[in-house]
Amino acid sequence: MSEFKSGSLTATNIHLAFGSNKVLRGIDLHVPQGTTASVIGPSGSGKSTLLRVMNRLIEPDQGDILLDERSVLKDNPDELRRRIGMVFQQFNLFPHKTVVDNVSLSLRKIRKMPKDQAHAKAMDQLELVGLAHKADARPGNLSGGQQQRVAIARALAMEPEVMFFDEATSALDPELVKGVLALMTDLSKGGMTMVVVTHEMGFSRNVSDTVTFMDGGVVVETGSPDELFTAPKTDRLKGFLSDVL
Amino acid sequence: MDVLQQFLKTFFDWQAMGQVVPQMLTVGLPNTLILAASSAVLGCFFGLILSVMGIARNSALRWISRIYTDIFRGLPAILVIVIIGIGLGPILRQATGITNPFPLAIFALTLMAAAYIGEIFRSGIQSVDRGQLEAARALGFSYGSAMLLVVIPQGIRRVLPALVNQLIALIKDSSLVYLLGVTATQREIYRVANDSAANSGNMSPLIAAGVLYLILTIPLTHLVNYMDKRMREGKAQKIEPDEAAALVGKGGQA
Repeated sequence: MSEFKSGSLTATNIHLAFGSNKVLRGIDLHVPQGTTASVIGPSGSGKSTLLRVMNRLIEPDQGDILLDERSVLKDNPDELRRRIGMVFQQFNLFPHKTVVDNVSLSLRKIRKMPKDQAHAKAMDQLELVGLAHKADARPGNLSGGQQQRVAIARALAMEPEVMFFDEATSALDPELVKGVLALMTDLSKGGMTMVVVTHEMGFSRNVSDTVTFMDGGVVVETGSPDELFTAPKTDRLKGFLSDVL
Repeated sequence: MDVLQQFLKTFFDWQAMGQVVPQMLTVGLPNTLILAASSAVLGCFFGLILSVMGIARNSALRWISRIYTDIFRGLPAILVIVIIGIGLGPILRQATGITNPFPLAIFALTLMAAAYIGEIFRSGIQSVDRGQLEAARALGFSYGSAMLLVVIPQGIRRVLPALVNQLIALIKDSSLVYLLGVTATQREIYRVANDSAANSGNMSPLIAAGVLYLILTIPLTHLVNYMDKRMREGKAQKIEPDEAAALVGKGGQA
């Protein structure tokens, strides 16, 4: 029932160090096509860095990244990023452009779509996130929840095969979290391949197909939500869950 | 009483002023504006290049930008104008036959303006949140496109007030061009006043020039203050409650 041309994503044995600080120490992550993998763990465990390595905003020191079972490390990183949408904690909308221009910019400049066609497609995306009526507003005049939904529309406009969410709801006021999570749930159910770094344990447990617990730059436990949340094996995960739940 | 009369005669001789004003407006003003505007435009162009070089990952580019900026910000304007205008004048004449001092005057003003404007742009560009570059790159833009489409426009917008200040400085500095040999029709505001003052032995034409400079610069100064204020306080913002209900209805069909 997939409405997205989603693909599988695999990272194997990812190592990354900033100087002597080893941030990622041999990470393996496999996200089958059309599934949602949530990544949980304490701050500083390397979750957000892992996302940035998997779309090569940061190049790994070692390891491989496969999209649809093909290594992408030798590709042009710009080409890779066009296939992976990313949503940030701080939204990072372009404040000097209107909402609809935020969504259509990549279509016009990267996909080389004619202006009216890009605009129409951007409006479709905004319709999908319920914000078509805000098309001509500036991002600064939107609430955090609305901004994040525009950011999701912006990423979806490029028709990515995989979507990354980097603590997409962490900067939102509590009453705005629900709308964004509902949208992410829709995407997940619609068959998008997603990697969701999150502190929302409810989403992780109820929506994702697999949960990966990271700590100190390694994967400590990975499995189905039931396995991790009801029967955690390691003390580290037990400790983490008792802290956050 | 004699002293006061002498003072008034020296500085506020309306007749002497009246005589110089037509020339000042028809010859001096256009020339001042040509000098200031063209060096401002060229200064912005080269300043932008310098600023991008100044934040480049390539350290050689950063160094070139740094050294250039240090030199041309550190020299008195009069020195640069004389060295370039008078020093290069004969060479330019020999090479191209151009005797008009304006190209070299504009060149000298541009060299200095680019150094200042480059620093203004650099500080603006560097003040843009890192997340903007990251978001643009995550969409698949190259570093160059991301800078050009997303980061630099925001950076420049923030430093527009400083840029207008630079334009004011250029209007004033263009008066130094009087040092280069110019023909009667090439004189800018100051030179027109200076010639008239020298002929009549009276300061009043210079007072008239001062007034004309202020008519040009004071509105710009207030424009800067207005832009500053608007940026600090921002436009009135209307933030509406999130329409989560509308979202769930529409998102449900996704």
